[in-house]
Amino acid sequence: MKARAALLLFMLGAAGCGYDADPNQPTGFIQIKGSDTLVNAEQMLAEEFMKSYPQVFVAITGGGSGVGIASLINRSCDVAAASREMKPKEIAWARQRGVFPKEITVAFDGVAVIVHRNNPIEKLTLAELHDIFTGKVARWNALGGKDLPIVTLSREVSSGTYAYFKEQIIHLGRKDGAEEFSSRTLLLTSSQTIVEEVASNESAIGYLGMGYLSERVKTVRIGQEDQFWPADLANVLSKKYPLSRPLYFYTNGEPAGVTRLFLDFTLSPQGRQLLTEAGFVPLQNHVPTKNN
Amino acid sequence: MFRRKITETVIEAGIKLSGFICIGFVVLVFLFLLKDALPLFRVYPAGKFLWGLKWLPVSEPPQFGMMPLLLGSVYVTVGAIFLCVPLGVGAAMFIAEVAPKSLKHVLKALVEILASIPSVVLGFIGIVWLGPFLKNMFGLATGMCGLTGSLLLAFMALPTIISISEDALVSVPRSCKEAAYGLGATRWQTLWRIILPSAASGILAAIMLGIGRVIGETMVVMMVTGNAPVIPTSILRPLRTLTATIAGEMGETVSGSEHYFALFAVGLVLLIITFLINLFADVMLRKARR
Repeated sequence: MKARAALLLFMLGAAGCGYDADPNQPTGFIQIKGSDTLVNAEQMLAEEFMKSYPQVFVAITGGGSGVGIASLINRSCDVAAASREMKPKEIAWARQRGVFPKEITVAFDGVAVIVHRNNPIEKLTLAELHDIFTGKVARWNALGGKDLPIVTLSREVSSGTYAYFKEQIIHLGRKDGAEEFSSRTLLLTSSQTIVEEVASNESAIGYLGMGYLSERVKTVRIGQEDQFWPADLANVLSKKYPLSRPLYFYTNGEPAGVTRLFLDFTLSPQGRQLLTEAGFVPLQNHVPTKNN
Repeated sequence: MFRRKITETVIEAGIKLSGFICIGFVVLVFLFLLKDALPLFRVYPAGKFLWGLKWLPVSEPPQFGMMPLLLGSVYVTVGAIFLCVPLGVGAAMFIAEVAPKSLKHVLKALVEILASIPSVVLGFIGIVWLGPFLKNMFGLATGMCGLTGSLLLAFMALPTIISISEDALVSVPRSCKEAAYGLGATRWQTLWRIILPSAASGILAAIMLGIGRVIGETMVVMMVTGNAPVIPTSILRPLRTLTATIAGEMGETVSGSEHYFALFAVGLVLLIITFLINLFADVMLRKARR
């Protein structure tokens, strides 16, 4: 709400001072589309960025990494935010349309697995997660939990987190994996809906980016054999947490103009501070790309 | 005199043009859907699309079996119709024949307000309240299921069914009613045996239009049915409809890809279904007027 009000004020301000725009200030419009995992962090970055560059307007839309990448290929955004790498097929499509994606890693994130607070399960191995989400284990008591059916929650197929989870858990990291999510899996439209359903349903289990973790649900520790790690910044930073992944921005060719300014801001100490506040692990010791 | 003639010609031409533009738009929408749907069948067999049991659009290789989505839509729609037809026709009968005049006006206004509730608001109510309520009542694994969708859709189709049925009931000629009373029939006998059968085709048309409304609704079903692309075995399980699939996946498809064409093909199927339903309703309405 606060963000909305700020945005509105900004737009009014921009409209009001349209005549005495400072010609020495950078001016422009940046459209960012894609990952829902990153959308809140982008909003924070954009607000701070627009304070420093009042004549640049940054518009942010979520929808999932797939949406961002498709928009980049269809030339309807400047920056595509993605929580997965572009697939070779997508890069080929982009090239065909004269779009040359440039990948910039902005932060690291852990994919957390959440259950209801009354669920006695504390930790799960990757193999157990695989069995749960492919439907091989259908009841919680098989894993030492209550006598309840397991309801698996997933994001829609446009989500980068979906693609990452499918690769790491459903295919267990094998590139030629052919297994699928259990067809009983609910495909929900946002990470927030997953939090809502897990918070109200004792049978449910879901996954999401760490930025969406909340006190209302229980985060399960993830591990292999007998070592388990909670999803937190330290474990993602040390890469001990098994479901750690980079988050990316994609641009068409080398970023230029105001888009370059925004990316430099994102990777600057101030930007990294904001990313940490949003629940992500920023890159360490990054040297900002130089302005020519 | 001459001037009036010119005005008349101009107005007539204007009205004719707007009529033709409307028809033109419908034809263009259809052609546009065909153009983007048919290329799918060059790379993916039509039989596998229509009868396939698996919808896995982003797997390698992708599978575009429409059956789970079609059945999902059918389940939700049939559920909604079972709920809203008795309620809607009953309400129409009450408003048309039983309710006192003052109450009649209030009820008609309320039905119109019902029609103006945005679907996303109903979806929100479904997630927060109706889903958990049904989950506890039936002891379900999750409240995100077909029944939640059906209940909300029934609610959305009610205004259509009530107002068109009520029109049909009111337009039964007075003479029929008076003849029935004259023969000593009670109010209930007249309503049930005379008025209702005479208005039957109008009511059927109302029901068909209600179905058309339900099958095309997107937001509510996407929010509350869980969207699991599984062949539905029960209305108490999660399911995925045609409309939710298009809305959920369209944003991420690259124009010209297989997935893009497949979503247009789903749209084409949806258009054909609603077209047939509307055609049937239209034929019924015509029959009613005769």
